[in-house]
Amino acid sequence: ILFGTTDYIPTSSKGRDLFGYVGIEAVLDQMRRKTMKAGFEFNIMVVGQSGLGKSTLVNTLFKSKVSRKSCTPNYEEKISKTVKLQSVSHVIEEKGVKMKLTVIDTPGFGDQINNENCWEPIVNYVNEQYERYLKEELYVNRKRRIPDTRVHCCVYFLPATGHWLRPIDVEFMKRLGKIVSIVPVIAKADTLTMEERQEFKQRIRHDLKANGIRVYPQTEYDEDPEDRILNDKIRENIPFAVVGTDKEHQVNGNKVLGRKTKWGIIEVENMAHCEFANLRDLLIRSHLQDLKDVTHNIHYETFRVRRLNESNLTVHGLALSCFPMENGTNRTNGTNGTSDRSDSESHL
Amino acid sequence: YSCGSLFVTSETPDRIVKVVVSYSPLLDKNAQPLTLSGHVGFDSLPHQLVNKSTCQGFCFNILCIGETGIGKSTLMDTLFNTNFENFESSHFEPKVKLRAQTYDLQESNVRLKLTIVNTVGFGDQLNKDKSYQHVVDYIDTQFESYLQEELKIKRSLHNYHDSRIHACLYFIAPSGHSLKSLDLVTMKKLDSKVNIIPVIAKADTISKTELHKFKIKIMSELVSNGVQIYQFPTDDETVSKINTAMNGILPFAVVGSTEEVKIGNKMVKARQYPWGVVQVENENHCDFVKLREMLICVNMEDLREQTHTRHYELYRRCKLEEMGFTDTNPESKPVSLQETYEAKRQEFLGELQHREEEMRQMFVQRVKEKETELKEAERELQGKFEQLKRLHSEEKSKLDEKRRTLEDEINTFSKKKAATELLQGQSFNANTNLKKDKDRKK
Repeated sequence: ILFGTTDYIPTSSKGRDLFGYVGIEAVLDQMRRKTMKAGFEFNIMVVGQSGLGKSTLVNTLFKSKVSRKSCTPNYEEKISKTVKLQSVSHVIEEKGVKMKLTVIDTPGFGDQINNENCWEPIVNYVNEQYERYLKEELYVNRKRRIPDTRVHCCVYFLPATGHWLRPIDVEFMKRLGKIVSIVPVIAKADTLTMEERQEFKQRIRHDLKANGIRVYPQTEYDEDPEDRILNDKIRENIPFAVVGTDKEHQVNGNKVLGRKTKWGIIEVENMAHCEFANLRDLLIRSHLQDLKDVTHNIHYETFRVRRLNESNLTVHGLALSCFPMENGTNRTNGTNGTSDRSDSESHL
Repeated sequence: YSCGSLFVTSETPDRIVKVVVSYSPLLDKNAQPLTLSGHVGFDSLPHQLVNKSTCQGFCFNILCIGETGIGKSTLMDTLFNTNFENFESSHFEPKVKLRAQTYDLQESNVRLKLTIVNTVGFGDQLNKDKSYQHVVDYIDTQFESYLQEELKIKRSLHNYHDSRIHACLYFIAPSGHSLKSLDLVTMKKLDSKVNIIPVIAKADTISKTELHKFKIKIMSELVSNGVQIYQFPTDDETVSKINTAMNGILPFAVVGSTEEVKIGNKMVKARQYPWGVVQVENENHCDFVKLREMLICVNMEDLREQTHTRHYELYRRCKLEEMGFTDTNPESKPVSLQETYEAKRQEFLGELQHREEEMRQMFVQRVKEKETELKEAERELQGKFEQLKRLHSEEKSKLDEKRRTLEDEINTFSKKKAATELLQGQSFNANTNLKKDKDRKK
């Protein structure tokens, strides 16, 4: 594409001190206002065998009935069932911040006798959402805001066996870890003692590493040293051992969310009892935007590159394909010298 | 998905009328509202988002268009409370040039990468026909860069240094009468490409009443010529009131100054005249504060958003359509990605082949031509050679003849010589004999 050259004299960036008030910091407020007005979208997928408490956990996370608990299927259904994904959307609001939350459930995962390829429908779903977004993005006449149905986070439920990762866990996380941000959790963790829990976690972390499985937050996407320190702490602690409930009980005069048993009340939001609060903080209070960013800037871009290379064409091919196919080189950026989130550049 | 608001851009017939549909996830019919039974914590989302942006920093690019000496650089200095590197431009530029300079500014924890683009030599030429074209080209070039990045296979948009112009300050000379034709023409060419904010420069040369009339005249001229300047957004209740008010005060009458004058016990930015002091930040004296308020404090983000979602999208749409891409084929059925690509691919390959064929033929042709040329030359040379040879042999034969003649003459001569010598010898002998005889006789 030829475009006319204009006589302009570009100079490199210079720092300048401000002698007085300008008002630049007001842009933060402006941004906040705009994003609040536009609303947010968040799509979370829960994967795990039936009965691990997926729906309960999601409902506990979002303090509302966002996920319908599936009822036990009868015998025939159990035999013929395949993994069918169900997505349910709700709009929730908190202090003026409105969010469209979509929970994608995967009933039937790991429930069949033969679970080979049970991840396929899920992989397909994830890729379909990327495909949908890509299509919208490529329209000539496109929407001002593209609907985002891409999976921002996939919470994978590990049964609290206390042993190691099972083959189905490894297979699933290996495959999905490449295309979506996986957050593994130990479900129904109230069956493990503290020591058992620590050991289990260590084994899982070891297994993950041994199998080359990357879970969120991925080391290579840490943007600066601060991020790294913060994320390292998280990485040392995953997978979080969680317990979910929607029932409240009285403990020391306070109403708390908890599971009442004959030997005590497991307080969901008590960090000494389980790590639900850590999970909630990670997913919602501190890293929600980051999850979306990683999905958009990394997973989606990876998909896009693969997809566009498949058809053996550059985007909107043809006038542009006088430029040869890219063979991107990694560009290091950022102060800590690691390769940053931006994917390799084409040598256009 | 249900649509939020519908927007029609542009009314004049020679423009492209497109309906831009905006989507809002909150209006999705499939999403039921739900009440929360406790504090979840996603109210921190705007903060999370803003924090990220703060880390990355913001980009803001301003284009200043105005005649040389109208006060563009001074106003920028005043606006951003700093001293940008400025040098006075000459009035003798042969054509309009654009000078872009980027600065890193920081206020508390916000880092701003500010690029100021100045037009150099605008309005100085005798023939100002093409003045606006350079500006339009510059703006388009920035859009093109972004589009190129967006269309790359491996791209890094979130790291991309956005050079697209977010705001265009158009400096109107304070004549007090009306807009110059150059102003109208330029603004008309730019209004679909950039957010135009007209300002009246050096407003301290106009009296209040004149200013009021001038503003009205300008606005009515803009309206009657269909120039769409940037409107401060009024859809957000927090700012709609102030924005509506400001929309009515356009164009802003500004005065710029980096020099300070003591007023009372404070040093203020001002211009000192024998008859008084014009204070830049005094709202009674000029609209500088309003401009700063609107441009930076209230609407910077909106300016950036409009540039991206409206002006850039329009450019992109036009560019892609120019290249032949559509979303629907002639039967108005949506065209799938695959189909479009395949079709375009065949077309392109065909074109490539055609061009290759052409080139090959041209090459063959050229070779033939060269061959004939060379043969011609060879023949010529040969001819010349033959001729020379002939001449040479002619000369040779002539020379040979001459030589023979000469030899003959030599022969004849030597014979004669010999004969003469003989005769001489004989006569000498005869003489000596006679003499001897004579001597003997004596």
